[in-house]
Amino acid sequence: MLLKTLAELPGVSGDEKRVREAIKKEVQPYVDELKTDCMGNLIVNKRPRKGKKRSPKVMLAAHMDEVGLIINGIEKSGHLRFLKVGDIDNRVLISKPVIIGVENIPGVIGVKAVHLQKPDERKKTLKTNQLYIDIGAKGKEEAEKMVSLGDYAAFDTKVKEMGERCLCGKAFDNRAGCAVLVELLKRELPVELCAVFTVQEEIGSRGAITAAYTLDPDLALIIETTSAADFPETKGIKPVTNLGDGPALTLMDQSFISDGKILAALRAAAEDNEIKYQYRRFTSGATDAGNISLSKEGIPAGVVSIPCRYLHSPASVIKLDDFYATIGLSEAFLHKVSEMGGLNR
Amino acid sequence: MKTLLQKLVEESGPPGAEEKIRDIVKAEVKDYVDEIFEDALGNLICVRKGEGKKIMLAAHMDEVALMVTHIDEQGFLRFTKVGGVLPHLLVGERVIFSSGVIGTINHEKIKELKELDFSKLYIDIGASSKKEAENKVAVGDTCVYYRQFTDLGRRILAKSLDDRAGCAVMISALQKLKDDRINELYFVFTVQEEVGLRGAKTSAYRLDPDFGIAVDVTRTGDTPEAPTMAVSLGKGPAIKVKDSSVLAHPQVRDLMIEIAEKYKIPYQLEVLERGGTDAGAIHLTKEGIPSGALSIPCRYIHTPSEMIDYEDLQSAVNLLEKILTARWP
Ligand SMILES: [Zn+2]
Ligand SMILES: [Zn+2]
Repeated sequence: MLLKTLAELPGVSGDEKRVREAIKKEVQPYVDELKTDCMGNLIVNKRPRKGKKRSPKVMLAAHMDEVGLIINGIEKSGHLRFLKVGDIDNRVLISKPVIIGVENIPGVIGVKAVHLQKPDERKKTLKTNQLYIDIGAKGKEEAEKMVSLGDYAAFDTKVKEMGERCLCGKAFDNRAGCAVLVELLKRELPVELCAVFTVQEEIGSRGAITAAYTLDPDLALIIETTSAADFPETKGIKPVTNLGDGPALTLMDQSFISDGKILAALRAAAEDNEIKYQYRRFTSGATDAGNISLSKEGIPAGVVSIPCRYLHSPASVIKLDDFYATIGLSEAFLHKVSEMGGLNR
Repeated sequence: MKTLLQKLVEESGPPGAEEKIRDIVKAEVKDYVDEIFEDALGNLICVRKGEGKKIMLAAHMDEVALMVTHIDEQGFLRFTKVGGVLPHLLVGERVIFSSGVIGTINHEKIKELKELDFSKLYIDIGASSKKEAENKVAVGDTCVYYRQFTDLGRRILAKSLDDRAGCAVMISALQKLKDDRINELYFVFTVQEEVGLRGAKTSAYRLDPDFGIAVDVTRTGDTPEAPTMAVSLGKGPAIKVKDSSVLAHPQVRDLMIEIAEKYKIPYQLEVLERGGTDAGAIHLTKEGIPSGALSIPCRYIHTPSEMIDYEDLQSAVNLLEKILTARWP
């Protein structure tokens, strides 16, 4: 399964190459043009095979990068110091296996064992500079043969199936979105597709800026993952999304207000095709949509997200039904856009 | 101008849903401009052709608002803010949706005022069940303060004077322009200013003007124990020196001052420590666009009861008209 392959690949912000290569290989036979821009975005074009002369140019975007670590020091003892790349809760770091650099050197994030900690140390969340990565090296010299400063470390998690059609793994944010885009590129669709697999979303949605500038599309749809906070301790009143309730539509977040017409087309597409959907009941956070919608003269945009539990951790959970429904909804939306002849104002 | 201002402030224009304001503005300006169109984000761009410099003016149509995020079993609405709104100002407030549905805001049980945040607040639209509420309001709908325009004589009290006052100033200045075509003027009524100067960014990119001027409100320092700020109601419109989004370009700022002096129009200088305007987005467009701002002093910004001075407003129109018909360097 492509989603499994993509989710297991390391691809921390700025180090998306392996993800990009895997996607390239997968979509090549189905598309008209493929290029990588100077930021590292993979831009894929596919024109409609038949039908209308003038079809709207639609940008689809999903980010390839995931949160992770970057090595910024090697201690005499051979332990590696690191910085976080993207937003990660320090409490999820401890004792997690990682893989480092292009050689996939295995390591584990270490901390003083519990019986060596002072009582007050046990109560506090450890700072990044109190943690280190252990790669089993005897000393600095040996460690330097295995890793260099600036190497990236990604969580090392294999995808597991669990329960009722759920998957557990790292980086579903946003390899799940990437897998949706790949699937759409394999289908015949009535619009001109510019699918962009963006870089550096987790550190400020940077790839999206240059990609949208290059493409200047008529409209854009961003495929993302978003928090599902439907676990027991959240008060029944407002989890962001629920796993299994279908793709989540964004109304607004910190960087973006959804275009009214796109939102209406998404809703209509879902209702016509009886696809269950929900709203993202939360307005913090940001996606590539913010920068894309403000590119050049402005681009009408919308966001569809796959609900995901434990985002930005080594073990996040999605439900396959949500994933497939997101593909279905995106496809239905593209048909709707084509029927409407674009989004004329 | 009071009638125009009343019409503008009593209509609602949450960020991202400014269409009602756009319609009012369109009707007011269409006979005075050569071209009028709407861009992808919803900015209303009005062009008045001319020989000289290309000057972009921006006043934002949107106002701070609330958005429904959840409807509970009893029919109460949970919401979030769109733009800068303080939770304690909302208790007891009434709000109106674009459909005309009206509700009031109240809060769950709290021990102390400082516990009051958006998660404790809800809107009651008088529905007795989820189903009944859903017939009137959907998740994602936005509402604004439900308040009338109040004429206090010299002063005016209303919601959304930020920035309908600016819109009114731009409309009135445009209507005053004689037949001279000294500069090429772009009157842009922008969207989504309150959530990050977004409309100004894309419209400035499209128009690529020689100069930019935002027309917006600014804070004053003339109320009891107010944080220091050398701007007062009634002392004339303010010419912006800086805020947190822009340092007014000296060329623009000095020209504005020179014109105010020449025509003896009262003015004040504005140094705003926190807050931004559309000029912040305009001046960083493409290769950079020298920009400044004309501000209308306003008390209690983003509350249901903002206050301005009517003479400041009229002076702002006079000053703006003179600025637009001046020869720019
Ligand atoms: Zn993401
Ligand atoms: Zn304003």
